[in-house]
Amino acid sequence: MAREDSPFKRLLSDFAANPTAVFGLILLGIIVVAALAAPLISPQNPYDLAQLDVVSGRLPPGSTSDTGATFWLGTDDQGRDMLSAIFYGLRISLAVGITSTVVALAIGLALGLTAAYLGGRTETVIMRIADIQLSFPAILIALILLAVLGQGILKIVVALVTVQWAYYARTVRSAALVEKRKEYVEAARCLALSPLRIVFRHILPNCLPPLIVVATVQVAAAIALEATLSFLGLGLPITEPSLGLLIANGYQYLLSGKYWISFFPGVALLLTIVSINLVADQLRDVLNPRFQQ
Amino acid sequence: MLVFVIRRSIQAVFVLFIMSVLVFIGVYAIGNPVDILINPLADQQERDRAIAALGLDKPMWAQYATFLSGAMHGDLGKSFVHSTSALGLILERMPATLELALAAMLIAITLGIPLGLWAGLRPNSVSGRSIMAGSILGFSLPTFWVGLMLIMVFSVMLGWLPSNGRGPTTQLFGIPVSFLSLEGWRHLIMPATNLALFKLALLIRLTRGGTREALTQDYVKFARAKGLTNSRVIGVHVLRNILIPIVTIIGLEFGSVIAFAIVTETVFAWPGMGKLLIDSINLLDRPIIVAYLLVTVTMFIVVNLVVDIAYSALDPRVRLTEAKG
Repeated sequence: MAREDSPFKRLLSDFAANPTAVFGLILLGIIVVAALAAPLISPQNPYDLAQLDVVSGRLPPGSTSDTGATFWLGTDDQGRDMLSAIFYGLRISLAVGITSTVVALAIGLALGLTAAYLGGRTETVIMRIADIQLSFPAILIALILLAVLGQGILKIVVALVTVQWAYYARTVRSAALVEKRKEYVEAARCLALSPLRIVFRHILPNCLPPLIVVATVQVAAAIALEATLSFLGLGLPITEPSLGLLIANGYQYLLSGKYWISFFPGVALLLTIVSINLVADQLRDVLNPRFQQ
Repeated sequence: MLVFVIRRSIQAVFVLFIMSVLVFIGVYAIGNPVDILINPLADQQERDRAIAALGLDKPMWAQYATFLSGAMHGDLGKSFVHSTSALGLILERMPATLELALAAMLIAITLGIPLGLWAGLRPNSVSGRSIMAGSILGFSLPTFWVGLMLIMVFSVMLGWLPSNGRGPTTQLFGIPVSFLSLEGWRHLIMPATNLALFKLALLIRLTRGGTREALTQDYVKFARAKGLTNSRVIGVHVLRNILIPIVTIIGLEFGSVIAFAIVTETVFAWPGMGKLLIDSINLLDRPIIVAYLLVTVTMFIVVNLVVDIAYSALDPRVRLTEAKG
C-alpha cells in the first residue's frame, strides 16, 4: 500500500479491505438515496388521501389494485401501498436519527472540550452528570422525558439529544485529555495563541477519529430508539409515520395472519441499522491507530 | 474494604437524592402539578380544596420536603384509574417483571458465555465467524420487531405458543410465579427469549474478546507449558480470569433488562410494571409514573452499589486505586 497517499485516500483503501463493510456502505447508500428520492420513486404518495382507496386495504404483497397498479409489498388498512409508505417512513426515521445525533454531537463536543481544557471543578461537575446519566438505560430516560413533554417530532429530538450527549462528552474529553499533554499543544501555547484557537484548531481535529465512530453507532441507536418509542405510542404523531409507527400500525393485524404490514417496515429498519453498524465496525478498525502497522 | 463500602454508599444516597429532586422538578415544576395530582374530573371547588390540602400554595422547598417525607413513608399518591396506592400497584406488578428479567438473563448467560468462549477459541473458523455475525444481528435487531416476528411465527403460523399474557401462576413463598407450571413456561419462554437477545449478543462479544485476550497472556502459556490438559487451561485459567468483568457487566445490565422489559411486556401483554407504566402514560395516570420511576431508580442504584462492592471484592486492584483516590 502506498503510504505517500493522502490520509483520506489511505482511509478509503483501508476501509475497502473488508468486503462486508463495503457491502454495508453500498446498502446504506441505497437506503439514503431511496429516502431522499422517495417522492420520485414511490408508486403512490402514501399521504395523499385522494390516491388511497379503502377497498384495496390489507391486500397481500403482489396484489393489483382496480387501476392496475401492483402493490409489491401489500397495503395497510387504509389501502396505502406499503412500499411507498416505507420510502416515506425511511425519510422521517433517518431525519430524526441524523438531526438528533448532530445536535447531541455539538453539545457533547462543547461540554467535553470545556471539561478537558478547563479541568478542576467544571470538569468534575460535567463528567459527574454524564456518569450518573449513563448509569441509566437510554430508553428509560427517553420514555420519562416524553411522558413529561408529550408527543411531537421536536420533542423526540430533544429526548434523543438528552440521552446521547453524554456519550460524546465522555469520548471527546478522554481524547482531549491525551492530546492536551502533547508537545504541539505546548508549542501552540508558547506561540500565545488564544485558548479557543488551541481547542478548536489544534486539539479538536485530533480528537475526531473516536468521535466519528461513536457518532456512527449513535445514529443507528437513535433510529432504533425512535422506532421503539414510536411503537410504544410515545414517539412521533400519526401524521408523521416513521418506520416504528408503521410497524405499530401492523401489530393489530398480525394475529389474523396479515404479517406484511409489520414485517416489511421492520426489514427496512433492520437493514438500515445493520448497514450503519457494519460501516461503524470497520471505521472503528480503520481509525484506530493501534491497528495500523 | 469498609472505607470503600461506606464511600460508595454515601455516593449512592447522594445519587438517589439528586434523582428525587429531578423527579420532583419533572412532575411538580415542569408539568402542572394541579393537572398531575388532582383528578381532571374534579370540579373547581374540589380542586381548590385539593390545592390547599396538597400544600401547593407553599414555597418550593417546603413542597419538596413534603414530597420527600411522603416518599420515605412509601406514600406516592393514589392512582387515578385504580384508586389504590400507586406504590402498591407497582410492587404488585414487580414479581412478573422480575421473573421475566431473570429468565431472560438466564437464557443470555447459559447461551452467551459458551458461545463466546467457542468463538474466542476459534476466531477464524466458520462457526466462530457465524457466531460473531449472529451477535451483530442481535445488536441490530429492534427488540419490539423481533417480538412481533416471534408471535407471527410461533403463535400465528405454527400455533405452538400463546401470544400474550402470563398464564396461570403458582404461589411460591406468597409471590405469584409462573415458572412452576408447564403452561406458565409456555407463556414465559417467548417474551424471555425476546428480552434475552440483546444481552446474549453483548455477552458473546464480551466473552469472545476476553478469551482472545487471555489466550495471549503469560499465565496461559505457562499453564500449557506445565502440560495441563486443554480443558483445564480453558475451564480453570482462562474462564476464571474473564469471569470478573463478565459478572460485573451481568450485574450492571440487569437494570437495563428491567428497563427494556417495558418494550417486551408491551408486545406480549405481559402483566409487569413496564406494561403498567405504558398504560399509565397513555391514561395520564401520573402518580403511577412517579412511583415507577422512584422504584426503578432505587433498584438501579442498589444494583450498581452491590456490583461495585462485589467487583472490588473480586478484584483487589479496584479497591486499592479507589482507596487512594
